[in-house]
Amino acid sequence: MATLKLRNVKKRFGSTDVIHGVDLDVADGEFIVIVGPSGCGKSTLLRMVAGLETVSGGEISIDGKPVNDLEPMDRDIAMVFQNYALYPHMSVYDNISYGLKIAKTPKEEIAARVATAAKMLQLEPYLQRKPRELSGGQRQRVAMGRAIVRKPAVFLFDEPLSNLDAKLRVQMRLEIKALQKELGITSLYVTHDQVEAMTLADRMVVMHGGVADQIGAPLDVYANPATSFVAGFIGSPATNFLPPAALNAPRDGASTVGVRPEHTRLVHSGEGQTQGIVTFSEALGAETLVHLSLPSGAAFTVRQDGALPCPHSGEHCGVDWDQSREILFDADERRIRQGRARAAACP
Amino acid sequence: MAERSGMVEKRGAGHWFTHLGLIVGVLIIFFPIWLAFVASTVTQPEIVKPPMPLWPGGHFFENYRSALVSGINAPVARMLGNSLVMALGIALGKIAISLLSAFAIVYFRFPGRRLFFWLIFLTLMLPVEVRIVPTYEVVAGFGMLNSYSGLIFPLIASATATFLFRQFFMTVPDELAEAARVDGARPMRFFLDILLPMSRTNIAALFVILFIYGWNQYLWPLLITTDPQMNTIVMGIKQMFPSGDDVADWPVIMATSILAMVPPIVVVISMQNLFIRGLVDSEK
Amino acid sequence: MEKRVTFKGWLLPVLLLLPQIVVTAVFFFYPAGQAVWQSLFIPDPFGLKSQFVGLGNFQYLLNDPYYRASFVTTAVFSGLVTVVSMGMALYLALLADRLIKGSGTYRTLLIWPYAVAPAVAGVLWLFMFNTRVGVVSWYLGLLGYDWNHVLNDAEAMGLVVAASSWGRVSYNFLFFLAGLQAIPRSVIEAAAIDGAHFWTRFRTIVFPLLSPTTFFLLVVNIVYAFFETFGVIHTITSGGPQQATTILVYKVYKDGFVGQDLGGSAAQSVILLVVVGILTVIQFKFIERRVHY
Repeated sequence: MATLKLRNVKKRFGSTDVIHGVDLDVADGEFIVIVGPSGCGKSTLLRMVAGLETVSGGEISIDGKPVNDLEPMDRDIAMVFQNYALYPHMSVYDNISYGLKIAKTPKEEIAARVATAAKMLQLEPYLQRKPRELSGGQRQRVAMGRAIVRKPAVFLFDEPLSNLDAKLRVQMRLEIKALQKELGITSLYVTHDQVEAMTLADRMVVMHGGVADQIGAPLDVYANPATSFVAGFIGSPATNFLPPAALNAPRDGASTVGVRPEHTRLVHSGEGQTQGIVTFSEALGAETLVHLSLPSGAAFTVRQDGALPCPHSGEHCGVDWDQSREILFDADERRIRQGRARAAACP
Repeated sequence: MAERSGMVEKRGAGHWFTHLGLIVGVLIIFFPIWLAFVASTVTQPEIVKPPMPLWPGGHFFENYRSALVSGINAPVARMLGNSLVMALGIALGKIAISLLSAFAIVYFRFPGRRLFFWLIFLTLMLPVEVRIVPTYEVVAGFGMLNSYSGLIFPLIASATATFLFRQFFMTVPDELAEAARVDGARPMRFFLDILLPMSRTNIAALFVILFIYGWNQYLWPLLITTDPQMNTIVMGIKQMFPSGDDVADWPVIMATSILAMVPPIVVVISMQNLFIRGLVDSEK
Repeated sequence: MEKRVTFKGWLLPVLLLLPQIVVTAVFFFYPAGQAVWQSLFIPDPFGLKSQFVGLGNFQYLLNDPYYRASFVTTAVFSGLVTVVSMGMALYLALLADRLIKGSGTYRTLLIWPYAVAPAVAGVLWLFMFNTRVGVVSWYLGLLGYDWNHVLNDAEAMGLVVAASSWGRVSYNFLFFLAGLQAIPRSVIEAAAIDGAHFWTRFRTIVFPLLSPTTFFLLVVNIVYAFFETFGVIHTITSGGPQQATTILVYKVYKDGFVGQDLGGSAAQSVILLVVVGILTVIQFKFIERRVHY
């Protein structure tokens, strides 16, 4: 049980700054997801917390104790790696118990802890197998088991689901969430997948170019993105961006206007906020994504109910939306303070 | 596999010609060894009155016992022992020091690491044959003539194996070392618990190659073992030929030749797949 | 290529390196340095003092007709060994690759001469062609051919080439067979559908695709013929008749140990060193290229 604090944490590789000062307070038992595109510094940040990368500036503390100069093993953390990093020559049991064995934990206790973890993760039948004899999902569970038995203060996850197929990913996502809630261990989870971030996080950190653009609860980040990057990255399909000049009426002080596809609808040609030509439509059953080309050449996506008529390519359409749904950005791509949209409440 | 060349391969005559060609090749390759074996089972008079027989005679045990127990300059059993010590010493010694130094240059950053790496690279290029005279002087200076250490050390002084293990360690995923660090393993613990067991196939493959390399050494033992009791079997055969016009004791010499071939052949055949893998790896 | 993870500290890695550093320094770098150093001196006849002669030893060597002859001998010898052993191996590998099954059996049957030491191979071939008891030479005599490699230069060369190539066939066969089996079946089938016959297929598809293996073996076999065939020469001909089979490595040995000409032998070592250097560079250039493919 522990809190995790990052104070103005920086990372330099040679003369290049890759992380420009990140502040983060993680409450005890909280599940934080760091999300961002590849190269944004999210993995480096996690690895600094783990002690696998040195900290170039700032301070990381776990439970109030600075850990900048401690070895990974002395930080009371456990980590799940992207490719699982299972020791190929050891059985599942040995993989899970290796850390405990090094820590000279008594044999009976090791056996008991492994048994508990194996039960929790449904790994009991596989304890004597080698990693190569397991499926992807099972390997993932072993990696989790290795972290669980250590009873660490903080769990670190480095894109743990990215090597699984889509269906398994959804299942493991739910399992990780349930497990974390059950164990109540403070967790830091890195991913590039915004769906994972939305579904897992108590709070998420959206990173972009070595900076934490926004930290907040998933639905709040979705409803009130702080930068145009966050608006474009969180939510699928991605937010449409338009210059105010493309619209019927000017927007004061805004240099970019963002509209989410789910907040738009098709209207007759000549009506609505802007005009476009349908390039193609993707009918997905429950919904249809209509891709349009605006007169400026920019692409625009409308998401509409699957029951609505599906327009043909080449058709001229108007696009309309509720102006209160717009997200306005200034020339620095930062959000212009508007009436704060209310995040939808999840039951 | 059965369909592999179904479309291209003509059946019938061509097929048998292929086998015939291969069998002829195998027979040509085999013939010298067969002849040596036959010679090791007959008597001296049968050989010196040509043509010698092409089918084994009945003196197998007699010739081999004579070779093993008394030999010509030294009992061949003694020479076999020397060869075994030398081959094992070279294989195990080189593997041990190479594993340690490859671990150091791959997993640590320390001053002089680059320099060391390039020195290793240099030693890849120089076979012992090229520096025999000065190496001989060094070994003589240490009083290591006619000793096992004199036979072994100069031949493990090259970094081919270090280079190979380095290549292998580079392919071990970084995450494994990180996971071990998170699990609390110190460097030597990681080396012994994780890296070494993971390298066992490579170690075995390299062992086969190095054992044969050590066993088959000729020039170096020829230089530094003047005492017949320290001769290795491969170089000892030549010493069994009489100087001048005397007739060589062919049955014993050929029995010795066969004995000299058996250990490396057994190693190669029994560990064929490892050996092929080791060859392909070490020449890459 | 660098590892992302590293352990801290400098004492442990230095300790780990120590055995290799000591062995390599004492038995490798020091002697190699000595070879270069000695090549610049001529010792007096009693071995008490040396006189500095600069590049004199090299100058002498390059003007020495025997040394130059040895260069030519080495070139002929390694050329023949390379061509014979690779040709035979390629022929066998092509046959084995044609088989639907059984190529593994032939591989096992052909692999083991590799394990036979060159010196032992020398004794085996010497025995077959021995002028007094050799079976082959005796049958050649029946056919009216008087074999005598002790006196005849060409026959001596032929014999050491045969003995040196013999064990090498296995090695080359392994690599050729692996190379052939790595060629996608579909490529050859496509050519067969296009109507190419075996020889055309070999010339236009198989051989070009096999060229990396061939080039690699070319270099490796030349290195082998240069340095590892000492045992064959020493057991069969001792460099004779006269100088007919004295290859460079044999001459280093003979001048250095039998002739006790330390300066000259050292200078020869240095020249060989340069030759190996060039061969290694060629090989690494080639490997680099292959990696980039």
